[in-house]
Amino acid sequence: MSTSLLIKNLSKAYVAGKPVLRDISLTFEGSDITAIIGPSGTGKSTLIRCINRLVEPSAGEIVFEGRDMVKLSGGELRAARSRIGMVFQEYNLVERLSVMENLLTGCLGKTSAWRAFWRSFDAADIQRAWETLEIVGLTGFANARADSLSGGQRQRVGISRAVMQHPSLLLADEPTSSLDPKTSVEIMELLARVAAAKNIPVIINMHDVDLARRFAKRIVGMADGHVVYDGAPEGLTDDVLKTIYGGQGWLQ
Amino acid sequence: MSAATSSVMPAHIKPFQASPLARFGWLVLFAYLLWAMSSLDFNWARFVFGIDNGAKFISRMFPPNFERWDLLVKGLTESLQMAFIASFLGVIISLPLGLLGARNMMPAVITWPVRVIVIACRSFHPVIVAIICVKAVGFGALAGIIALTVASVGFVGKLFTEAIEEISMKQIEAVRATGASFMNVVIFGVVPQVMFRFIGFSAYETDANLRNSTMVGIVGAGGIGGTLFAAFQRFDYDFVLAIVLSIIGLIMIGELMQIWVKKVFRQ
Repeated sequence: MSTSLLIKNLSKAYVAGKPVLRDISLTFEGSDITAIIGPSGTGKSTLIRCINRLVEPSAGEIVFEGRDMVKLSGGELRAARSRIGMVFQEYNLVERLSVMENLLTGCLGKTSAWRAFWRSFDAADIQRAWETLEIVGLTGFANARADSLSGGQRQRVGISRAVMQHPSLLLADEPTSSLDPKTSVEIMELLARVAAAKNIPVIINMHDVDLARRFAKRIVGMADGHVVYDGAPEGLTDDVLKTIYGGQGWLQ
Repeated sequence: MSAATSSVMPAHIKPFQASPLARFGWLVLFAYLLWAMSSLDFNWARFVFGIDNGAKFISRMFPPNFERWDLLVKGLTESLQMAFIASFLGVIISLPLGLLGARNMMPAVITWPVRVIVIACRSFHPVIVAIICVKAVGFGALAGIIALTVASVGFVGKLFTEAIEEISMKQIEAVRATGASFMNVVIFGVVPQVMFRFIGFSAYETDANLRNSTMVGIVGAGGIGGTLFAAFQRFDYDFVLAIVLSIIGLIMIGELMQIWVKKVFRQ
């Protein structure tokens, strides 16, 4: 099992002197799902966004495929980014584009502006988009506009877009927080299938502890910008949850 | 009940009292209006004298004279062509300027100079720009086209920038996360969000240019305005009415075009 992502002493402060992330060190490998849990505002989204540099880290290293993401810039950074798929809480599809165009957005990293403008994508990529749509059960929706879909359908398009990138790492920022319980489970099952099929690690921010226990092989608990728990779901006792979230009235 | 109510009403505070400062303000405004009217010879006697002249003028306008229709059609065609060319050029120039001026896409060192250019284009009325252009490149449609293009950039450039600044950055973030280059982010993230609004703005600007193109001719920058001005100077008031009616027709066609464009691209 090779190490695919190594986070070393990562810190981030949006305002100087008020760090959101304090000295985070984590290693990800294999094809496991890791759930990051913790109270709102503790820096889970910031951590995920530091990995693909949508947010600039203040200090530390993020070694992905043997290279430090923090030191990359320009074309090299974009090439590395294109190898990391990302799924968002509010799907973040381009609303006015069709489902097919949203899927092919995943191929933009290797497509020139000229070809992107004329929608002249590789035939192989278009073929793969059709296959992906079939896997997520949206074959009939290829030409539908993204804003005409339901929440669960949109998130499946969001995951498909990430899959189209041929990612070697998948990040998901609260992918089920805007969905109903049944759809949430379906989306988690889909993410688990992607992880297994592509044999890549998946890192998911979550609020739903039970869902995290059910799908994740590893749980990272964060509180106040620190990692306070890192281990198997079985070790997630009430005491640990109290350390993560504080208080205890909510546990009953 | 009334006893309880009256007991809490303080006698020394009068409700609904106007502030003395506001009353003084009204007084000053009224005095200024009176002074302005008297100094500009704006009074009833002058109006009666004027209306008499106006009645003669209007009676000479009827019936409208379409005998010189070839001149009329030539002027109208030129105005129409000027409006469309200027709108096209204005939109083409405004596309990059609109993007470069958007604060959510560009750093301040780029947005500020671009915004200054757009503001400069908007500062003057098209007729003033037309006078400058006539001096610069001579009489005719070219001066009018340049003047209307400058006005279009000033107006559409600002609207484009504002539309881009209102887009959803979440969609941009997602496109960036796929490793897309800046141009690809623009093509797949920005353009889909603003395209229908841009089309609406362009149709609106074409309509506005249609109106303005009938006017820049008065200062010699081509179009029906020149014909109108010449007719006035020759006291051909019946031909003047014919021109005015034709302009109204042209503007109504512009209005219909705008309604049609909005209907087609209403999404």
